[in-house]
Amino acid sequence: MPFVTASTQRGPYDVIIVGSGAGSGQAAYTLCMEGVRVLMLEAGRRYTPARESAMFQTPDMAPLGEAGTPDKNKGFYDATVNGGWEVPGEPYVSIPDKWGSHFTWWRPRMLGGRTNHWGRISLRNGPYDFKPRSRDGLGFDWPITYDDVAPYYDKVELLIGVYGGDASLENTPAGPGNTLLPPPKPLVSDHLLMKHAPRFDIPVLPGRRAVLTQAQDHRTIPARLHPGNPRAQKILADAMRKRSPCLWATPCGQGCAVAANYQSTTVHLPPALATGNLDVITDAMVYEVTLAKDGRANGVRFVDATTGRHEHVTARVVVLGASAFETARILLNSKSGPFPNGVANSSGLVGRYALDTVGSSVSGQIPLLENLPPLNEDAADGLQVYVPWWLYQKQIAHKLPFPRGYHIEYGGGKGLPSIGTCAGLEWLTGGSYGRKFKEDARRYYGSFIYFDGRGAMVPNDNCYVEIDPRVKDKFGIPVLRFHWQWGDYEQRQAVHMQETFGEIIESMGGRVQSPVITDPVKAIAPGGYMIHEVGGTIMGADARSSVTNRWSQTWDVPNLFVADGGVFPYNADKNPTLTIMALSWRMSDHILDRMRRREL
Amino acid sequence: MTDRRTTIKLIIAATAAFPALRARATYMLEPGASEPGNVRQFEPTTQGYGPDPDLIKAYEKGAFWPLTMNAQQRQLAAALSDLIIPEDEHSPAASAVGVVDFIDEWVSAPYPLQREDRATVLNGFAWIDSAAQHRFAQPFARLHESQQRAICDPICNASRAAADLKVPAQFFATYRNLTAAGFYTTVAGRKDLQYIGNVPLTHFDGPPVELLRKLGLA
Repeated sequence: MPFVTASTQRGPYDVIIVGSGAGSGQAAYTLCMEGVRVLMLEAGRRYTPARESAMFQTPDMAPLGEAGTPDKNKGFYDATVNGGWEVPGEPYVSIPDKWGSHFTWWRPRMLGGRTNHWGRISLRNGPYDFKPRSRDGLGFDWPITYDDVAPYYDKVELLIGVYGGDASLENTPAGPGNTLLPPPKPLVSDHLLMKHAPRFDIPVLPGRRAVLTQAQDHRTIPARLHPGNPRAQKILADAMRKRSPCLWATPCGQGCAVAANYQSTTVHLPPALATGNLDVITDAMVYEVTLAKDGRANGVRFVDATTGRHEHVTARVVVLGASAFETARILLNSKSGPFPNGVANSSGLVGRYALDTVGSSVSGQIPLLENLPPLNEDAADGLQVYVPWWLYQKQIAHKLPFPRGYHIEYGGGKGLPSIGTCAGLEWLTGGSYGRKFKEDARRYYGSFIYFDGRGAMVPNDNCYVEIDPRVKDKFGIPVLRFHWQWGDYEQRQAVHMQETFGEIIESMGGRVQSPVITDPVKAIAPGGYMIHEVGGTIMGADARSSVTNRWSQTWDVPNLFVADGGVFPYNADKNPTLTIMALSWRMSDHILDRMRRREL
Repeated sequence: MTDRRTTIKLIIAATAAFPALRARATYMLEPGASEPGNVRQFEPTTQGYGPDPDLIKAYEKGAFWPLTMNAQQRQLAAALSDLIIPEDEHSPAASAVGVVDFIDEWVSAPYPLQREDRATVLNGFAWIDSAAQHRFAQPFARLHESQQRAICDPICNASRAAADLKVPAQFFATYRNLTAAGFYTTVAGRKDLQYIGNVPLTHFDGPPVELLRKLGLA
């Protein structure tokens, strides 16, 4: 059985991986396919999408019509279990705890982590995104370039399956042209955007999401990904054959029992387990990296959440992929003689430069879209098209009051009616009820469009995590204290989103649902809301100014690596998951290389 | 600090680009949020469904916490729901498809947002019945539709309601939202909206070209 406990584990292991989401799943996949013995530790429970995904369940089958609650924050059927903005018994502290400058921390406690419910939006960072400081003097450059990461973007797209278009625009690369699946057909509302976008000089591209719009090519992709490794090729081909293409139905966030979209639990872990090289301990709350006398990591300590016992497991290499800030927490809590401020923290930068994504949204109602005939617009559950950032040249000429851009995630259509679908219509109906209300509901259903701006955040000194000196969780582990303050750049960017989206809606003959927000403090969603936590163990060119190097390896401890978003020294507008996976694959290749050279 | 409107807005901002997810009343943290309203009768004492319920099972209303509205409240709820969503040639009335149970489950739930709505709804029920008694010497549920409308017309649009009717108007808005939530999530409600998705397809063709042409989008 690959699912083991501290007492049934089958060591010795080469590598311990803490976490089981995008970064950890990718590391386990890459290492196990090459014969490395891996022990994965997950803080939450085992989770089996094929059996547990509530795919076709509708809101009427759930309590409260599927409303979000403190128990299930994003709705009853959201794939996240045992997690959310608050985890029972696992507090965190936010200072200052006031609106607009607090941080809310989404934590799933389950195998596969956030990958079970995420949006599947899979955008590549562009060349500027890796060298932002060189371009405009702000923040930090990565110690790597787009060209270093591009081959890994190709590989990840081929492995997990991403739909999209092959057009490249400024700082919006598309890869070599044969890594993406066809995008879904645009909806009526998408055609509306495509018609009006040219007036604003904004480009509209096919969306990019990790959803199989057709079956993966299991005959050629395995050989491209694992040249010279027939066993890995066979395992991957088998795994790809077991994934179904999209059924063009059901919300992805409820999980996918047929593995048509990417979840670590359906895409990374099955082939890794099939190698026989992966063992997994679930319910393992890791709190410390242990060091041998020579200063190298030799394992981790965890609390077994089912027994309460403290356990110690060992390996030659330790990879942390617990989520950016949980990884920082583990490092900061790993205090020892050589590292009184936490392991790998000689720079004092562990926990520093916490980052999220700027979020701001405007919705509108479009008379042209009223009373449309019945249409099945479920498609692949969103983002048939999107708008990449388009004002790079204006920014570099200092003609905008913020230095970094955003992309627009756009949506509309006749989606599965939810408890909110026909709520709050008074602004359109004048307060109708009775037969008139039913007519109004039919008239307006499907006539709304949604603009979600998702923008870059320049790292700043006011956003960081540290260990709270007093508060401990139910395991007795000291918890994180968050400090958060959006910068002026981010706030101005959010106002630009609001104004731009409002103008586009009006140009479509539509009405903006609630007034465009021009107050910079109010236009931006609070820290953590986008669930794009990155930074805290940032990579850089030297040990003084960063925690990890270009290989995601800690400067201080050569056999200790970070596989999650912690290594990001900058969060571009592109959603981070695809980059997390690409960097984890690259890191894993480096570990393999060093192991072959007997350096690890 | 934030008011509920801002909260809802930010909830919407926080939801990723899925139309299906977007309109849910997503729970979020609200630092410094005020305590729920002042109605304490029938306070639910049971806990919620917890962070790891069985998602595959279908649940009857009241499966996790008892329904708490009394017979009089349920009669009023049915009358008001059916005034908002009556039977027509497209679909049945709200009460015929379980909307009263939906609302009872909602206002009986142990969660903060629902407890706030409980106060709004039960206070609103009390107001509306006393208005019915005052004007027509009958409970609201026994009035003719024209009499019911005479009570509801002044409170059906919160932004235009008279100053002394703002609170009842907010109740009416909440109650209409709950009625619509319960109704349009049922099979009958989806059919009324002519929703035809949530069925597996082998391919997705997008909208017909003729429609796009008619709309000037092709």
